[in-house]
Amino acid sequence: MKTNNLVLALVVALPFIVSVPNAIAATAEGVVLDPIHVDSGDTPSLQRGASLFVNYCLSCHGAAYMRYERLAYDLDIPMETLAEEYMFTTDKPGDLMKTAMSEDDAKAWFGVAPPDLTLVSRVRKNDWLYTYLRAFYLDENSPSGWNNSLFENVAMPHVLYELQGAQTLVGHVESSEDESTEEHTANIGAHQNIVGDAIFEIQKVGKNTPEEFDTAMYDLVNFLSYLAEPAQLQRRSIGIWVLAWLVILFVVSYLLKKEYWRDVH
Amino acid sequence: MSNFMEWVDRRFPATKVWNEHLAEYWTPKNFNFWYYFGSLAMLVLVIQIVTGIFLTMHYKPDASLAFASVEYIMRDVPWGWLMRYLHSTGASAFFVVVYLHMFRGLIYGSAREPRELVWLIGCVIFVALMAEAFMGYLLPWGNMSYWGAQVIISLFDVIPYLGPVLTEWIRGDFVVSDATLNRFFAFHVIALPLVLCALVFLHIVALHKVGSNNPDGIEIKENKDENGKPVDGIAFHPYYTVKDLVGVVVFFMVYLGVVFFWPEGSGVLLEKDNFAPANSLQTPPDIVPLWYFTPFYSILRASTSDFLIILTVLTGIAAVATFFIDTKRSNKITAFICYAVLAIGLFTFDAKFWGVVMMGSAIVVLFLLPWLDKSPVKSIRYRSMPFKIAVGIFVIAFISLGYLGMHPVSALSTIQAQLCTVLYFSFFALMPFYTTWGKTKPVPERLT
Repeated sequence: MKTNNLVLALVVALPFIVSVPNAIAATAEGVVLDPIHVDSGDTPSLQRGASLFVNYCLSCHGAAYMRYERLAYDLDIPMETLAEEYMFTTDKPGDLMKTAMSEDDAKAWFGVAPPDLTLVSRVRKNDWLYTYLRAFYLDENSPSGWNNSLFENVAMPHVLYELQGAQTLVGHVESSEDESTEEHTANIGAHQNIVGDAIFEIQKVGKNTPEEFDTAMYDLVNFLSYLAEPAQLQRRSIGIWVLAWLVILFVVSYLLKKEYWRDVH
Repeated sequence: MSNFMEWVDRRFPATKVWNEHLAEYWTPKNFNFWYYFGSLAMLVLVIQIVTGIFLTMHYKPDASLAFASVEYIMRDVPWGWLMRYLHSTGASAFFVVVYLHMFRGLIYGSAREPRELVWLIGCVIFVALMAEAFMGYLLPWGNMSYWGAQVIISLFDVIPYLGPVLTEWIRGDFVVSDATLNRFFAFHVIALPLVLCALVFLHIVALHKVGSNNPDGIEIKENKDENGKPVDGIAFHPYYTVKDLVGVVVFFMVYLGVVFFWPEGSGVLLEKDNFAPANSLQTPPDIVPLWYFTPFYSILRASTSDFLIILTVLTGIAAVATFFIDTKRSNKITAFICYAVLAIGLFTFDAKFWGVVMMGSAIVVLFLLPWLDKSPVKSIRYRSMPFKIAVGIFVIAFISLGYLGMHPVSALSTIQAQLCTVLYFSFFALMPFYTTWGKTKPVPERLT
C-alpha cells in the first residue's frame, strides 16, 4: 500500500512541475481581460441585458438557436411585454431569434457577416466579452471610424456609442510589472479610463456615466452567458438535489456493504 | 418460484449462468480501491449507450443541420441538455475509469500468465474505445470537431504510397465533409458500440475462465477447501455487488457533480472552439484533441528532426548494449537486426512519419506488457524497488505528456514532451531488464 501512496503522490505532484514553466510563459504573452462574475440568478439584470441585446445587437447579429418564448419563460417577461419590447423581427413567440439583416447585405456593408451570438459567451468567454464591449475607441484610419483595443481592426462599429459616448486610445498599461489594476487607476487622469490594458480618454459623454455603462455591459454579458446555455438556470438547482440524494444513498449502500461483509475475515 | 426456475432451466441455463458468474464466482476477498474501475467501466458503457439512444432521436447527421440539432437538443428537447451532458461527460468518465483500470492491471501484474488474453482483449477494447470517441467527437460538427478530424485523418497521409488514397477513402471526400459526418455517425452509433459490447463480453468470459487477480498477485485457486471453493474466495454476489454499489454511488457523486456543476470542465471536457460551427475556412488557433488523447498526441508532436537524431543515437547505444547483456546468441542477433533496421529507417523517413509511427507504437506496446514483464512476482506489493521507481516515472511521463498535449507547443514544451516520450517507451523497452533487478519480497501463501 505504501507504494500506491508514493505513486499517487507523484501523480498529483508531477503535472505542477511540468505546468509551472509553461504557465509562466503563457501569461507573459496573454491579453489582459477585465474579470467578471456573472450571476444567472439575477433576473432583473438578465432582463436589462436582454433588452440591450434585442435593441442593439439583434439588428445585425442573430441568436438563431434561441426562441423568444424561452426568454419570456426563463426571464419572467410577460407575453405582452415580450411582443412589445423584445420581438422586433417576428410576431410569433415560438420563432427563433434570427436577425433581420440578410447575410449578403451584411457582407456588402461590413465585409464579413456578423457572427451568430447564441453561443458567443461559450466561445469567447465572459471576461473577453465584458472587456471587448467597453474597448471601442475613435480611429480615423478605420473604415467605420471605430477600432477596438482588444480586437484590433474589428469590422464592427461602436454600436453602443449612444450609451458610452466616444473615447480615444491614449496608451497601454505596462504589463511587465506585477502591479494590480487598482494601483494603475490612481495614476490616470480625471477623464481617463482603463479597459483591459488600454488607457482611454473620454472625448464625448454618452447617455450613461462610465459606471452606468459598465453595469449595462455586465447585464449584457450576463444575458449572453444565459443565452449560451439556458439550461444553466435549472441544472445547478437540480444538481443540488441529485447530490443530496446521492449522499443518502451512499450512507445506505455503505451500511448495506458493512452488514454483508461482517462475516468476511 | 422454484417450479418456474426449473421450467426455465430445462430450456435455458439461467441458474447455471447465475451461479457460474455471480453467486459461485469465487472472487479474492481483498479487492481494494483499484478494483472498482472494471465494473464502473461497464456502467459507463451502459450510460453512454442509453444517453446515446436518446441523443440519436433528435440529432441530425447532416453537415448543414448537425450543429443546430445539437443546440436544439440543448434548448428545445425536454431534458435534452441532461442527455447531452451525461454523454459528453460520460466520454471523459469512460477514459478516466479505463485508464485507472489499466493502471491497476499494470501494478498488480493482472496481465501476467494466465490472464494474457484478458489483457489483450482489454487492449483491443481500449483501441475500439479510442475510435468510438474520436468518431463521436466529429458529430457535434463544431469547429474543433471538424479540424480535429481533419488533422487526425490526415496522419494516415504519411503511409508511403497508400496514404493519400487511404485518407480519401476514410473521409469519403477530399476534405472532411458531409460524407465523413455520415459514416462517422454510422460507426459511432452502431458499428463500434456493437464491437465494444462484443469485446466486453469476451473480456469477461476470459476473466471468469481464469479468475480475478488481486492486490497480492497470488492465485486463490491454488488453495481450495474440500468442496473445491477457494478458501480466500468469496462469492461475487452478494459481496462484490454490494461493495461495487458503494463505488457506483461515489462515482455518480463525481460524475454527476461534473454534469450538473461543471459540464464544460473549464474547456477540457467541452472545448470552447467547439461552440462555433464547423468552418472549413477558419482554423482554430490551436487544434487540440480532447484530454484523453493528448498523451498520444504529445508523442506525435514530439517527433522533430532533432529528436530523430537523438533517437538514432539512443538506438545505436541500445544495439551496442545488447552485446554486453548476457542472453542467448540468437536473441542478440535478432535485437541487433531490429535496431539496425530502425536506425536506417530513422534516416530514411521524415519526422512526421516517425511521429505517427511513435504514436501508434505507444498504443501497440501496451499489448506486449504480459511478455515484457519478467518479474518473479506479480503484485507491486512484493516487487523490487526498480519496478516501483519505473512505474512512478512512467505515471509522471504519461500525465506530463497529457498535460503538454493540451497546450500549444513551445521550444521548452517540445523538449519536455521528447523527454517524456523517451521515458514512456523506456518503461516498456527496459521492462524485461529492470523487472529482474533487485530483491523481491517473499509472497505470502494466503491473501493478506
